[in-house]
Amino acid sequence: MAELSKSNEPADATPNVSEVETVDAATESEAVAAIEAPVERGEPILQVRNLVKHFPLTQGILFKKQIGAVKAVDGVSFDLHQGETLGIVGESGCGKSTVAKLLMTLETATAGEVFYKGQDITKLSGRALKAVRRNIQMVFQDPYTSLNPRMTVGDIIGEPFDIHPEVAPKGDRRRKVQELLDVVGLNPEYINRYPHQFSGGQRQRIGIARGLALNPEIIICDEPVSALDVSVQAQVINLMEKLQDEFNLSYIFIAHDLSIVRHISDRVGVMYLGAMAEIGTDTQIYDHPTHPYTQALLSAVPVPDPESREGRERIILTGDVPSPANPPSGCRFRTRCWKAQDRCAEEVPLLAIPERFVGKDTPAAHESACHFAEEKDVVHAA
Amino acid sequence: MLLEVRDLHVEFRTRDGVAKAVNGVTYSVDAGETLAVLGESGSGKSVTAQAVMGILDMPPGKITGGEILFQGKDLLKLKEDERRKVRGAEMAMIFQDALSSLNPVLTVGDQLGEMFVVHRGMSKKDAKLKAVELMDRVRIPAAKERVGQYPHQFSGGMRQRIMIAMALALEPALIIADEPTTALDVTVQAQVMDLLAELQRELNMGLILITHDLGVVADVADKIAVMYAGRIVERAPVHDIYKAPAHPYTKGLLESIPRLDQKGQELYAIKGLPPNLMAIPPGCAFNPRCPRAQDICRTEVPPLAEVTVDEGPGTVPSRPGAEALSRLSPPTDNGAGRQSACHFWKETLRDA
Repeated sequence: MAELSKSNEPADATPNVSEVETVDAATESEAVAAIEAPVERGEPILQVRNLVKHFPLTQGILFKKQIGAVKAVDGVSFDLHQGETLGIVGESGCGKSTVAKLLMTLETATAGEVFYKGQDITKLSGRALKAVRRNIQMVFQDPYTSLNPRMTVGDIIGEPFDIHPEVAPKGDRRRKVQELLDVVGLNPEYINRYPHQFSGGQRQRIGIARGLALNPEIIICDEPVSALDVSVQAQVINLMEKLQDEFNLSYIFIAHDLSIVRHISDRVGVMYLGAMAEIGTDTQIYDHPTHPYTQALLSAVPVPDPESREGRERIILTGDVPSPANPPSGCRFRTRCWKAQDRCAEEVPLLAIPERFVGKDTPAAHESACHFAEEKDVVHAA
Repeated sequence: MLLEVRDLHVEFRTRDGVAKAVNGVTYSVDAGETLAVLGESGSGKSVTAQAVMGILDMPPGKITGGEILFQGKDLLKLKEDERRKVRGAEMAMIFQDALSSLNPVLTVGDQLGEMFVVHRGMSKKDAKLKAVELMDRVRIPAAKERVGQYPHQFSGGMRQRIMIAMALALEPALIIADEPTTALDVTVQAQVMDLLAELQRELNMGLILITHDLGVVADVADKIAVMYAGRIVERAPVHDIYKAPAHPYTKGLLESIPRLDQKGQELYAIKGLPPNLMAIPPGCAFNPRCPRAQDICRTEVPPLAEVTVDEGPGTVPSRPGAEALSRLSPPTDNGAGRQSACHFWKETLRDA
């Protein structure tokens, strides 16, 4: 298994994609033991390699024939380190939510691996998979639809214990739920209330409490604050940062709001049409972007400062994102890119440190999937 | 003045009680000017706009007081058929969710053409040509071929362009845009806002932009009205408000948004929740969430007082005199001025 994963290692392996140390677990209990083992802070806890998800497009009713595929995720690789927050940004349809579902094993990957503490979770089953699922939890976008309206808050937060009774023995559950309510800043006496009795921000706290119930190591947050009002957003973001310190969590924070992602993330990956366009630390991405898509994305964000509106250079992209069922050849961004040349149509740019920056001690030296990567500070340029 | 809303009151009578959605809103827009109405959900920003457009659901809604002067005449005194002539032709609205605002079973050409058939009495054939012209104007590629397509065949950004085209069809004097870009991605949002600003300049329209996004406001607005619990709590030209907010709520909002150009420390969060409109707190509606609240804030509703920027912190005259003065004269909106509905706006302004 170790041999196999090495050969699948992307050719452009760099600091963001470290070497995978696979664990060969012969029996299920060995696998579970490996999953329960602690990981040092800063060590990779989740390693995603060439993850692919294609949704088939079929034609015909009785004899379904596949006529194509929506390439929602097409070869994504990244690492998540213990205790860090990895932000993933991109426009709607870029595949960021599909990545979240794949990591949760809610969807089966078409190809690629997701190593959690050295074990490929896309190939696990039974007890081992259950143990992984306990350690990777999710907070959803819409607090209005992700909570069952017929269940009380106590039942919603306590439901994970039904599946994983080892975390909280039966007699202990109520106390545990009340503790969780307290942790997320809700009154523990609300345990018998229903979701409709809460505001949006409070509901999102309930969603977070449910995510925390099983003491997970990783929480995947899919647009956790985009349905909330501005003044409530800040409360929830602060809560999430506090919980991260308290419980030593690793976050994958998926959002389209670039300011919020910068605020919360240690590293940021920019996705476009199912692939990673650029990945690096928050300073590298926001202050020294080298991929034209990142630059356009950043320059399009309205900045709450009217003084800068005349002076700011804005890159306004033309057209829409192409269909992921039929992505452009070569570089996926070339149809909207102002730098595009013939080479971009023929050759897929690899996600790697651009040649001109290799070995240089500059923040621009981070992975960017562009043939003509060039540093351009669009955020501070006024 | 193109549009003047004066002391507007709207309430909703429901089974559970009376929800006071708008409690004395006064604002104005001139031709070619952009007024941004900023507020959270439930602040009454959309209800005010719906009252102006005359598309409020009545009942349960009821306008209990105030005037809406449009080009000098009070819209609230017009008969429904006269109102219909104004709506669409003189003022138009762009809604947030283009997919649910467009009719899914009619082609976009039919929907755009309807404006000309109903208001201008054109034939269907001429109306279709006009529709193509409009789609070209909002830069929808291949307008001629796409005029016969249905809304679901367009992307989100293109649908919002069709909404804009529909609002612009009869070249109205005033456009109300209710969260026009909230459902769009940032790159598309930039395209749509640019288009809207350009068309506004070209036609010299008044624009009321309703939003909760402080970034969008900073990019396009001339003046801002911040709403909270159905009242305007601060009104100012755009540059002043971002430089130094004069109301604790505005200040809180500005401080609670993370920045793109630097990594900040912990975010400032306004504590608590927006009030229930059926039980608005007495005194200043913001007092339970305000870091500056004193006893007076819990008993007395602060008037929308004129804000004057003084020379230095030492020269501030005592406050009660100025306050009494502003209470005598009802709040007016002369366009350029700056007002704040806070008992302690001077202190807030000085802190900023």
